[in-house]
This record gives sequence, structure tokens and C-alpha cells, in this order.
Amino acid sequence: MNNSRRSFLKAAGLSVCALSGGIADVAGFPAAARAGIAPGRYGKGENALRAKRWAMVIDTRKFCGPQDYEPLVEACRAAHNVPHIKGPQEIKWFWTDSYEHGFPDDMNEHLNKNVRESAYPLLCNHCGSPPCARVCPTQATYQMEDGIVAMDYHRCIGCRFCMAACPYGARSFNFKDPRKFLPDPVPNPAFPTRMIGVVEKCTFCAERLAAGQMPACVEASQGRILFGDLEDPDSTARQALAAGYSIRRKPSLGTRPGVYYLI
Amino acid sequence: MLEKLLSGPKTYYAWLLFLLCVIAGCGLVYLQQLRMGLTITGMGRDVSWGLYISQFTYFVGVAASAVMLVLPAYFHHYVKFKRMIIFGEFMAVAAVVMCALFIVVDMGQPQRLLNVMLHPAPNSVMFYDMLVLIGYLMLNIVIGWVTLEAERLGVEPPKWIKPLIYLSILWAFSIHTVTAFLYAGVPGRHYWLTAIMAARFLSSAFCSGPAILLLLVFLARRLTGFDPGKDAVKTLSTIIVYAMCINVFFYLLELFTAFYSNIPGHQEPISFLFTGHGGHLAWVSRWMWAAVAMAFLSLALLIPPSLRNNHVLLPFALVMLVAATWIDKGLGLLIGGFTPNMYETITPYMPTFRETAVTLGIYAVGALVLSLLWKIALGVKREVNNFGD
Amino acid sequence: MYNAKAVVAGIIIFVVLCTSPFWAGRTGQDYKKTGIVPPGDEKNCVENVTFMRAQHMRLLNEWRDEALRKENRTYIAADGKKWIISLQNTCLKCHSNYKDFCQKCHVANSVDPYCWTCHIIPGENK
Repeated sequence: MNNSRRSFLKAAGLSVCALSGGIADVAGFPAAARAGIAPGRYGKGENALRAKRWAMVIDTRKFCGPQDYEPLVEACRAAHNVPHIKGPQEIKWFWTDSYEHGFPDDMNEHLNKNVRESAYPLLCNHCGSPPCARVCPTQATYQMEDGIVAMDYHRCIGCRFCMAACPYGARSFNFKDPRKFLPDPVPNPAFPTRMIGVVEKCTFCAERLAAGQMPACVEASQGRILFGDLEDPDSTARQALAAGYSIRRKPSLGTRPGVYYLI
Repeated sequence: MLEKLLSGPKTYYAWLLFLLCVIAGCGLVYLQQLRMGLTITGMGRDVSWGLYISQFTYFVGVAASAVMLVLPAYFHHYVKFKRMIIFGEFMAVAAVVMCALFIVVDMGQPQRLLNVMLHPAPNSVMFYDMLVLIGYLMLNIVIGWVTLEAERLGVEPPKWIKPLIYLSILWAFSIHTVTAFLYAGVPGRHYWLTAIMAARFLSSAFCSGPAILLLLVFLARRLTGFDPGKDAVKTLSTIIVYAMCINVFFYLLELFTAFYSNIPGHQEPISFLFTGHGGHLAWVSRWMWAAVAMAFLSLALLIPPSLRNNHVLLPFALVMLVAATWIDKGLGLLIGGFTPNMYETITPYMPTFRETAVTLGIYAVGALVLSLLWKIALGVKREVNNFGD
Repeated sequence: MYNAKAVVAGIIIFVVLCTSPFWAGRTGQDYKKTGIVPPGDEKNCVENVTFMRAQHMRLLNEWRDEALRKENRTYIAADGKKWIISLQNTCLKCHSNYKDFCQKCHVANSVDPYCWTCHIIPGENK
């Protein structure tokens, strides 16, 4: 309580300055006044994996049923300390659902049994044109240079506009304190948890990419999920797309999803 | 003028005390929400906005509706509205205060509210919504206060206020348009993705807002003897009935597009709202049918001039109209937007008791602001003998 | 002036009360007396001690924005040393004694940062 009052007062004082800065931003003047405070420089890690646009290709033909995805779901939960909460206020980053729910636009009643009855992993699509980032009033959700739609939980005010805007239901809100639903110690002590009142979602494991590792679900899939640069025709992801038939969720909405399903 | 607040009959103080008690009680529930999080509401992952945001939307409309008095008075020099305008402006102030509170209680991290200004996002409709609401609040406070003070002193309002009044007319349209854009600009929510949303919002606002105003003015007439003027009531009732006809017409347009085009996405939310799911009526369906009945009944009582000008029937018709528009915009809009959800399945939503209590608390704050502002306005009107014909 | 004495006295009391935090601050204790225990034998943090003492929160904010928004997750300090940007995995590796370092100074300065609602304090798990 004490803390929120203080930050409120601080913010109130700063907001006047910030507003003028913001107006300068809008008017096209770079906010030069916001120069860094650190005497050092910033750079990318030597091992960091880089791409122009990261994309995921899930070879659903190589999975049989939801139990095959279970290790992937758990790998994701463990890597990011995603709590197990039951009921409609749950937190999900990577989960499975039926074809009908994942691809509701496709109303083909006579799809072959295999496609119709398979399970499909659902996650943030890291859209090329993300509606969530468009509507966020604080730029807490944003698109990075490599196409990853990322979140700054420090800045999120919990307005949930992004959840209304996301056509994939990829976002979860912390209705409760997530730590109460995590084991002690947390599965991954090197990764933070989230706090009550902010929205969260899949990050394409940006923190692992920066350290030269593939996303947790990709690693756990043992080659059945490909992850690579969509702009690079030689990437494994592109080659898999060229070789098979792939679909994306709700492409007609113009969001340009970055998760492809080989069927 | 503030001294008008200090004297009044015992019932006035009792009313204020009552409101303060309600605010305190509901405030405690809100404190609980702050501690436990929004888990105390009926919202969830699939229905991520609920009663709070829908009430916000409804009261933006109420705020915007002040323009239905200001516009005829200043663009068409309809002087008979002049006695009542201040009440519309002060009602707008109370409504915007409520809107702000509904946004704050809906936030997961309300202490970070100023992030919206610290990190402005010009691509977000919510950013503009905040700007236009703050602007509208300021405009109505300044215009209301300055014109009331001029009336009290028996002088013409200062010249600089005119441009502000004209601005406030345009501004009123903008606040509700921007609020509609919150909904009409997101892909994948079929019930909201309609170009007519802003027009529907405005028409529903321009019938429900003035209807609430008239009802409150009738109450003030009973309590204080203030008479808004027979012609003013007549004209405003006419405006209300036109706006309501347009509102109903716009809703029927939605039905046509959804059901003649036969596109499932467009039909499903409407079907859910009226017929429920899987053969079972949803709780909201009963409310929606009640809204339909009340909408048409209120129109039946409002369209024929002989019934409309009947002072016994008019309040009943207005209450039904307000209830119908409230159900449409204060319940149906949000529930229809989130049902079916993004997987085309049904996640039921019903506000919880505590969620409703917080909402009632904000209603009480609105009532308090309105009571105090109207007390001042009524006191001034009585003082300068502008209390009736 | 009517009741001049009382008014002047009142003004003086008001001014003293309003400025009391500044006077109290002058007589107060500095960081050395908070009893914090700096980690190990290191002379410097990622930057020199004076800078860190005054600016560590701003530096952390800047690190956060660089890492999360620009994916610049490496900080090359003024002395050329490279650091991985991470509160939890870099800062707290050295500053592993939360109670005697972070907390003591924060309490003494009555600041209550809520980093720890998400970032995990070493040894405390969650």
C-alpha cells in the first residue's frame, strides 16, 4: 500500500514532464532527453540466436494425441514458472485443444478423421501485425525487431484490452497472486514469476534465444517443432513449409500469425 | 456558490449520509479486491471484461448526452432549454467521474495508471479515450460553473466561454465515438466488429442520457419545486423518442446483416444473447428479451404525442427506455462480445456479488457528485428566481 | 496586524514543520550506518560504487528496457567488462545476501521496491 502511494506520487510529479516528452514523441522529435544513464554500452550476447522474423512450424503429423504434447506443455510451464490454476482464471502459455476450437473458421464437416481428431498445440502466434500491441495503452506489449511480440510486465497496468483484442485467446491475466500456485522452490529459479494484476503470454522464449538456446517447447519436441527465420529461405522452418501443407489460425483477420501447423 | 451546499433540509443531509455509508461499505469491498485481485469478480481468461467496463461504456454515453440540451440551445438558439442545460452539464460531470472510477477498479495494477501518460501509445484507442474523457470533464466543469456564476450575478456569460461550448458539442460526439472504437477496432470479436457501433452508441446515448436527465429533473421537481418548463420537457421527450427509434433501427440493421448474410460468426453472439446455448437459455437471454419488450413498450408509449405528453405515463416510459438501453449496452454488449469466445465455445459470465457491490459503490459516488452539483445549481436558480415559469 | 504574535508564531511553526524532513535529514545517518554488508572483496559493482549507490535503480530500469525491448542483453561496463543483463541471475549472484544488503538499506531509506513480487530472492525461493 505504502509503495503504491509512493509510486503514485512520484508518477504524478513526473507525469507533467513526461507528457511534454510524449508530445514531442508524437510530433516526431526524438526524445533525446531520455539518454542513457549508464556509462557503459549495450550489445547482444555472442551466442544469441538471431532472425529477421522468428516463426514456428509444428509438424502435427508426428504427434499422436494430447499426451504427446504433454512434455512440451510441462517444459513451457517449468521454464517460465507458469502456475497451475484451475478454472476460468487459469494461466496458459502453451496448451492443446481440438481442431474445431483451434481452427473454428474451417467448418469442413468431412475432414479426414486424423486431422479432425488430432490435438493441436495453441500458443501466442507472434503475429506480424499484432492487434494486442496495437491496442496496448502503455506499450507494455510491443513487437521486437525479430518479430517476437513481447511484454514488459513492469509496465502492464492490467487493463486487459490486449485480451479483448487477441483473436487467439493466447493471453492470460493474473487474477490471483501466481506465486500461491507455484511449488516452492519454483521450477526455474533463474526465471522470474509474474505478479498479480498483469497480463502474460508466451514469449517465444526470447530469454533462451538470447542465450543461444531454442525455445523450451521446441527443445522438448525432439525435432517435431521447427523454429527458424521466416525471412531466410534456407531456414529449417522455411524448408518444412516448402515441403508440406501448412495452415495457420484465423489468417483472414490479417494478423499474419507466425505459428504454422503442418497437417 | 459552494455555500449552497451547506444549507438544506434534514432529508438532504440524510441522503448525503446514506450515500457516504454506501460508498464506505462498497469501498471496503474494493479494498478486498485490491488485496485479492480481480479474482473476486466473475471475469476469467475468456470473458476478460465484465460489469466494470460495460458500466464505463454506458456512462460515457450518459456523459455525452448532455449535448442533446447544449446543441439545440446554442446551435439553434432554442432558449427554452437554457434553464435545464446546467443540469445536463453537471450530470455529465458526475457520469465522467463514474467512468474514470470504473476504469480504475477494472485495472489489475491501478497504481500504474499514469503509465498511460508516462509511456503514451498513440496507436491505442484507450490512450485517446483517456484524453477525451479528461478533456470533456474539464470542459463541462468550466462551462457549467462559469455559466451558473454568470446567471447568479445576472450578467451574460463571458465571451470566451462560447468557443468552449461549441467545442464541447463536438467533444461530446468524440467521447462516445472513441469509446465505440475500443470495441469496433478489434479483430475476431464478431459482435463488436461492426462499422455501425459508434452510431449505435451515440443513438443509444442520446435517448438514454436525456431520459435519465428527465427522470432526475422530475425527481428534483417533486423535491424542490423546480420546474424545467413544459415546452422544454416536451421537446426533450421528442428528441428522446427520435433517438430511441434510431437506436432500435440500428439494432435491427445488425440483425439483418447477421442473419441474411448467414455468416455464423455474426450470428452466434446474437443467437447466444437471445436464445442461449444448446437449448438452454442463458441468464442474460431473459434480460435481453425483457429489454426488447421494454424497448418496444416504451416506444409505444412515447411515439403517440398524446401519450408522450401525458405526465403520468412519461416517467414509466422513460424508466423502461433506460432499462432497455442499459441491458443492451450495460450487459449485452460485453457478454455478446466475449460469447462465444475465441475458440467458438461458450464460457459463461455472471457478475459476482462483490463485483456488483463495487459497481454500486461507484453508482453512489456518481449520485453524490450529482447531488452536490445539482444542489448548487438549484440553489442558484432559486436565488435568482429562475425556478419556474 | 490583528493577533500578530499568534500569527507569526503560527507561520514559524508551520515553516519548521514543513521543512522538518530536511533538518532531520541533516542530522540523520548516512548509508554507512545502515549496517549493510557489501558482497565479498569486490571494490566495484558493474560500475563504481558511488555511481551504483546513487543510480542503481535507474540503471536497472535502463537495463530492463534495453534487454526487454531491444534485446540488448549484454552490458559492456565503462571498464570494458561484459555483464549479462539480469537482476536475478547477475546482480543477485554477487548480492546474494538480500537481508543484509538490499533490505537493510531500503528499510533505512524507507523505500519499498516491489522487485521481489516477481524476481526471486536468492535462498528464499519465492
